[in-house]
Amino acid sequence: MNSKPSPSYLPEGLPIPVAEPDGLSAPYWAALRQNRLLVQRCSHCQSWQFGPEWLCHRCHAFDPAWTEVEARGRILSWERVWHPSHAALRHHGPYLAVLVELPHAGGVRMVGNLLGDPMQAVSIGADVEGVFEHHREASPAYSLLQWWVL
Amino acid sequence: MAVIGIGETDYVRHGASPDPEFKLALKAVLAACADAGLDPREIDGFASYSDDRNEASRLAAALGIRRLRSATMQWGGGGGGCCAAVANAGAAIVAGLADCVVVFRALAQGQYGRFGQTTGIDSISGEKAYLMPYGVLAPPQRFAMKVRRYMHEHGVRQEALRAIALASYHHAQANPRAVMFGKPLDATRYDASRWIAEPFHLYDCCMENDGAAALVMVAEERAADFQHKPVYLLAAASGSGYRAGAMPHNAPAYASAGFETLAPELYKMAGVGPDDVGVVQSYENFTGGVVMALAEHGFFKPAEANDFLTLENLIAPSGRLPLNTSGGNLAECYMHGFELVLEAVRQVRGSSTSQARRNDVALVIGGPMVTPASNLLLGSEAAR
Repeated sequence: MNSKPSPSYLPEGLPIPVAEPDGLSAPYWAALRQNRLLVQRCSHCQSWQFGPEWLCHRCHAFDPAWTEVEARGRILSWERVWHPSHAALRHHGPYLAVLVELPHAGGVRMVGNLLGDPMQAVSIGADVEGVFEHHREASPAYSLLQWWVL
Repeated sequence: MAVIGIGETDYVRHGASPDPEFKLALKAVLAACADAGLDPREIDGFASYSDDRNEASRLAAALGIRRLRSATMQWGGGGGGCCAAVANAGAAIVAGLADCVVVFRALAQGQYGRFGQTTGIDSISGEKAYLMPYGVLAPPQRFAMKVRRYMHEHGVRQEALRAIALASYHHAQANPRAVMFGKPLDATRYDASRWIAEPFHLYDCCMENDGAAALVMVAEERAADFQHKPVYLLAAASGSGYRAGAMPHNAPAYASAGFETLAPELYKMAGVGPDDVGVVQSYENFTGGVVMALAEHGFFKPAEANDFLTLENLIAPSGRLPLNTSGGNLAECYMHGFELVLEAVRQVRGSSTSQARRNDVALVIGGPMVTPASNLLLGSEAAR
């Protein structure tokens, strides 16, 4: 797993992710800042769950445990975005977003950007590895999880 | 229940309406009442969806209606509530909670913000926190990956999406209400249009408009008292399947429009099947969602999408399945799908500008790829 200090994939100025007022996702965002990926796994029935919820959807045990998982997976789908839907993206050019499935974590999925050439051919099913992208200068500081084709 | 009146404002590009959104809502309600030949003071209920800003109580006060007996709002789902709002109005009438219910949607994106632009958000939490920092901001980006996955699983080609866009524009050329009236689209122009988010070209995406649309419903026993041929609500369904709301992008049935549970329920309630449906209005936030929604309603198998979805098959009067015959969200007006419900009423009445030959049973599909979604069937006296 890489943690590289290089510039961010997309320009600064997009909305900054923060936990909800009730703190549901706070452990997830705090862990990203430390190069760790957490998802929920119910300690009662072992079901995986992401995004987080206060209840296990399978056995209804409250407060599913946050569990560290390896940031790797495979591409379930992708898109190349051309139209800027935010002022920060004006004149930026195309970028890639991918939906990554984590087979070793119950198949939970997460969205990120696919690093590298935005015009690269993207293969559904390709193996990818996570790259933590830190925005230390942002206020508040935050971290994202990006992906890189293996 | 029966629809006795329909009405809408002028449909215009976002920002082009001279009227404030609430005034648009009032104009649409009054137009629907005039179409029915109904004194607006007879209205005793309102139903809408997608957190419509134009509240029932303000409408009731503005119109001076004598008493308000039903005010229902369908939760969430973008345009997924466009049929559910009609169902909620119908349910109120059947339950005896109200006698005369207006269903409406008023939306002036030029006044309250365009759906295609994200502005004024410094920080974000909840579902969008997992998406927006990655540039997955507006609906095209939120749905493109779902469609890409569906195309991958079933071998659906870009031409299938294109046929849906072409059908909408074809029908809009006959419809003077349509924002794209007089602006035809052909395959060459579609292919040359810019990408918004692959696999969506510009013409795969709905417009952003200002306007309002409304209809009036009463119990079917009263329907004959009004000036138009009654159009009956044969069935309606709303909701979604197992954990469709698991965010972000974690719904088990990912490459889906979300009608797996709703379509069978709808047909069962009406006692009809896909072969009985003569004409379809299917909500196009994006063409790819229409492909999925039509397959889930049994018109073809996903693997047959490329063969079924041709311009010839999708146009009135005699295509296999005339689709979005007013131009819909792509080319008539993005009235959040409510223009589709009005068009289905016109089809059953026989007054569409692109009239389908078979019009006894008309299907409306609301909001593919969102939850809750909804659908409904309208029918003539012969279909009851």
